[in-house]
Amino acid sequence: MIDFLAILGNAAQQLISPTTAAYALAALGLAIHFGYTGLLNFGQAGFMALGAYGFAISTLSFGFPVWASVLVGIAASIVFALILGIPTLRLRADYLAIVTIAAAEILRLIFTTNTFDEVTGSASGLQGYKGGIAALNPIPDGTYGFGPFTYNAYDWWIRILGWTVVILAAIFTWLLMRSPWGRVIKGIREDEDAVRALGKNVYSYKMQSLILGGVFGTLAGMIFILPRAVVPANYQTSLTFFIYAILLLGGAATILGPIVGAMIFWVLLSFFSGFVSRAVEAGWFPFMSPVQAGQLTFILVGVGIMLLVVFRPQGIFGNKKELAFVR
Amino acid sequence: MESTQAVRPHSRGRWLILLGLLLSALTLSGIAASPAMADEGGTDGQAEEFEYFFSGNVKYNDEPLEGVSISVSGGGFEAETETDENGQWTLGVPEKEAYELTLDEDTLPEGVIVEDGQSTIEAEFGLTNRKAVNFFLGEGQRVTTDYGAQVLIRVVNGLNFGLLLALAAIGLSLIFGTTGLSNFAHAEMITFGALMMLTFSTTLAFPVWLAIIIAIALSGGLGWALDAGLWKPLRKRGVALIPLMIVSIGLSLALRYTFQFFYGGGTRQLPGATIPSEIRLGPILLSWIDVVSMATSVVVLLAVAFFLLRTRIGKATRAVSDNAPLAAASGIDVDRVIRIVWILGGALAGLAGILWAYFRPGVSWDMGFQILLLVFAAVTLGGLGTAFGALVGSLIVGLFIEVSTLWLPSDMKYVGALLVLILVLLFRPQGILGRRERIG
Amino acid sequence: MSDNVAPASKPVKTTGLHIGDPAPGVKKVDPIIIADGVKRTFGGLTAVDVAHVEIPRGAITALIGPNGAGKTTFFNLLTGFDKPDEGKWEFDGRSLAHVPAYRVARMGLIRTFQLTKALGLLTVLDNMKLGAKQQTGENLFRSVLPFLWRKQEEEIEEKAKEILTRFKLDAKQEDYAASLSGGQRKLLEMARALMSDPTLVMLDEPMAGVNPALTQSLLDHILDLKSQGMTVLFVEHDMHMVRHIADWVIVMAEGKIVAEGDPHEVMQDPAVIDAYLGAHHDTDLGDSDDEHVTAMKELIDDEQ
Repeated sequence: MIDFLAILGNAAQQLISPTTAAYALAALGLAIHFGYTGLLNFGQAGFMALGAYGFAISTLSFGFPVWASVLVGIAASIVFALILGIPTLRLRADYLAIVTIAAAEILRLIFTTNTFDEVTGSASGLQGYKGGIAALNPIPDGTYGFGPFTYNAYDWWIRILGWTVVILAAIFTWLLMRSPWGRVIKGIREDEDAVRALGKNVYSYKMQSLILGGVFGTLAGMIFILPRAVVPANYQTSLTFFIYAILLLGGAATILGPIVGAMIFWVLLSFFSGFVSRAVEAGWFPFMSPVQAGQLTFILVGVGIMLLVVFRPQGIFGNKKELAFVR
Repeated sequence: MESTQAVRPHSRGRWLILLGLLLSALTLSGIAASPAMADEGGTDGQAEEFEYFFSGNVKYNDEPLEGVSISVSGGGFEAETETDENGQWTLGVPEKEAYELTLDEDTLPEGVIVEDGQSTIEAEFGLTNRKAVNFFLGEGQRVTTDYGAQVLIRVVNGLNFGLLLALAAIGLSLIFGTTGLSNFAHAEMITFGALMMLTFSTTLAFPVWLAIIIAIALSGGLGWALDAGLWKPLRKRGVALIPLMIVSIGLSLALRYTFQFFYGGGTRQLPGATIPSEIRLGPILLSWIDVVSMATSVVVLLAVAFFLLRTRIGKATRAVSDNAPLAAASGIDVDRVIRIVWILGGALAGLAGILWAYFRPGVSWDMGFQILLLVFAAVTLGGLGTAFGALVGSLIVGLFIEVSTLWLPSDMKYVGALLVLILVLLFRPQGILGRRERIG
Repeated sequence: MSDNVAPASKPVKTTGLHIGDPAPGVKKVDPIIIADGVKRTFGGLTAVDVAHVEIPRGAITALIGPNGAGKTTFFNLLTGFDKPDEGKWEFDGRSLAHVPAYRVARMGLIRTFQLTKALGLLTVLDNMKLGAKQQTGENLFRSVLPFLWRKQEEEIEEKAKEILTRFKLDAKQEDYAASLSGGQRKLLEMARALMSDPTLVMLDEPMAGVNPALTQSLLDHILDLKSQGMTVLFVEHDMHMVRHIADWVIVMAEGKIVAEGDPHEVMQDPAVIDAYLGAHHDTDLGDSDDEHVTAMKELIDDEQ
């Protein structure tokens, strides 16, 4: 018989997991890029990798304290955004897409190669960088919580840390988008020539947006590695695509959309894969192996992206009228 | 969960991996069901190290050899290590799978080689998560090649690779030109060709020539089906180009994992993929596969050129690429042209997939996705939407990747090509053959 | 159409703008724009080749010419949206060569577009506010501190509402601009241009696609710009409108300026008639040519 309670418990855990927080923050960054400014950034995985590696390498190779390691990651992503933006932000939208996707892959390949093994740990990645974060933990040792939400002090700490960053970023974005700055950004999404004709330096605004969303991606990359190790294989192009799925699910030009979208995405994914794999074990689907159950999940994510774009492009929270697509 | 490893007397047993490990290999880390996704309890606890290891001992005349380079590859995973002072080495891999292990003979002392040319060994795990792999060394002389010859070899390889990229790139470029769609699912059209070839040649044991024809025909059919079933209705709905591109990303994901669903995560060889290289042209050693592959590419590319330049429908295709409304106004059936472009694009991608399967070598569920960016790079380099630009771009990308391995580590060879892409966009955004006026 | 354009009262024409005989490139008493040797080619095709032209200050100047004469390209060149192959041009005594479009706009030269660029998914009011210059809140760092820009924002909003009322769009201020009709969008674009208190307003076919019911109101607004001391340069096909409101007319054909002058006199210039008929003969028959023939008929009828 299938243990539904366990499946539901696992799914519920995703609501507040640091991974969900990381995806939510990365999606919020993408909302600034794509939803509000109309920039097609397909390299969010690259920004996340810079956060992860920037933090881990600063800590491991240079012995930086936590705050300095965080700054290194942020600085790296600003440089990355400048390198991407300078050649492409003057060109057609699809050039940015191609360049960002290529640049993110370059980063991943550089982090994977054996050439820099001593610094990056090549394919097996990095670990052992969490001491600084753990040392800042104010929660006394022990196990806290109830039901599926029972964690030790470190696990609670990284959840609190992760979600605090997400909430701060969301408030920051909310303030931005209701300000004149946000108005210019949204104007650029609608028609950059019109905004240019009104005397706004469109190129500079696009660059600011690219950097800001990229920094969010970088912070997300740091949250992402708190419960796990840094492994280059995590930063493939599909990571960016999953973040797009979350963004489209929640609503591209919304603040809450990326956050709730990330929660729904992970809870559903966890529930579905948990259910199918247990159902396969229990022999409900004799034609399927447990491995195939996992693949089924990803097939559904793909189909979900397609259906969302075609039938509900504004997402869950988006205003039907405010379809956030650049034309 | 661990119990799912139960040994099943089933042909799929080979691909029966722990669910968790599968997921960890699939980028997405975070689902509770998998170790990679479960939050790690401790502070600096054991991060997700690999659970499967190949290991071995490299000795020559009972003397351990230090600093011998051993690499592993398979299922899209690559890693490399060196033997320690005891001649021992260990390589972690993400999946319980068959992998190819290669000992780099260049790192052996002078006069020592791997016996019987067995420097590459295919190894599979048994019931445990460790597998010992031994290379047997013996006395002998390696066939060394001088630098000039190496360049020549790389150039030939690069041409071969570039030509097969061109097959895929021209299809992508034609589709972009006529519909404006940046089709990410082109990767899966490439994989589809190779998978069909595998199905008909290996599983159903058809003769190779027939299997190739069927695979290409089915690939063309896939192109037609995608247009008729998905893209045409979306065009009629008036869906804008960027949403269309995101639909193609969703389609790419869905198809890719559908392939994995049915074909598993392993790599399988097409018939004849392992025949030895025995054609010698100066310093260049080629197999019949390489020669046939290049000849096929050239013939097909010439045929495509003839189609575009000389036939009515080819000219119509170029007209639609140039200016669809104008073409429609002058009586060209734009929908028909787009349908033909999709069929042609699918067939070319399918052929590219088969050739790519021989070039890699091996058929796997994500093989198309592995070169998708290179295809995009080729199309962009040549100038978006120009078919002949795509050909030139492909050759440049192919040559650059292969030749760059002379000074770049082989696991960084794609980095160079992608960098060139970014640099070209920086200095000549319209591509090599594109016209400046096309931009904004 | 011509009935609708008939004015309620005849607008006051500004005269005495030029020095010497009206000919292509004639000197103006007080030019606001001076262009010299501006040339733009597209792959061998010369789109614009203007030897010398001056736009008079404080007047309404019409730029006319057959399709493909290079009017819009010349507009783009003047406003920094396109770069010429060669030439120099200045606005208010300051050179505009190599000045990016947004800086041109900041100098006080605001343009509209042939295909309206109302920002569809912004409200009408937000469209207007975007037009205001030097907003503190448009800086990334200051924008998150609303107390720094709230006061300015209120002033901008007040001004926006005032202009919207003038343009009779105040009832629509909370609607998305996408929900406006074509004519209302033209009005909004013009109203938005006023938010920055420009010295020169350049309108690219302000009447194209506008419901006849709105034409009179648009005309009045253009005349109003002049009475407020602004200079207007506009591209238009409608000859009645040109004759009705323009103080000065510049005629372009095949990238060159072929005639200049008072709207009544310039229409009789043989070069103008040549330009329109020439264009008619050279191109294939199509809708656009009917337009020219109609334009010519209107010209001749009017003069009789």
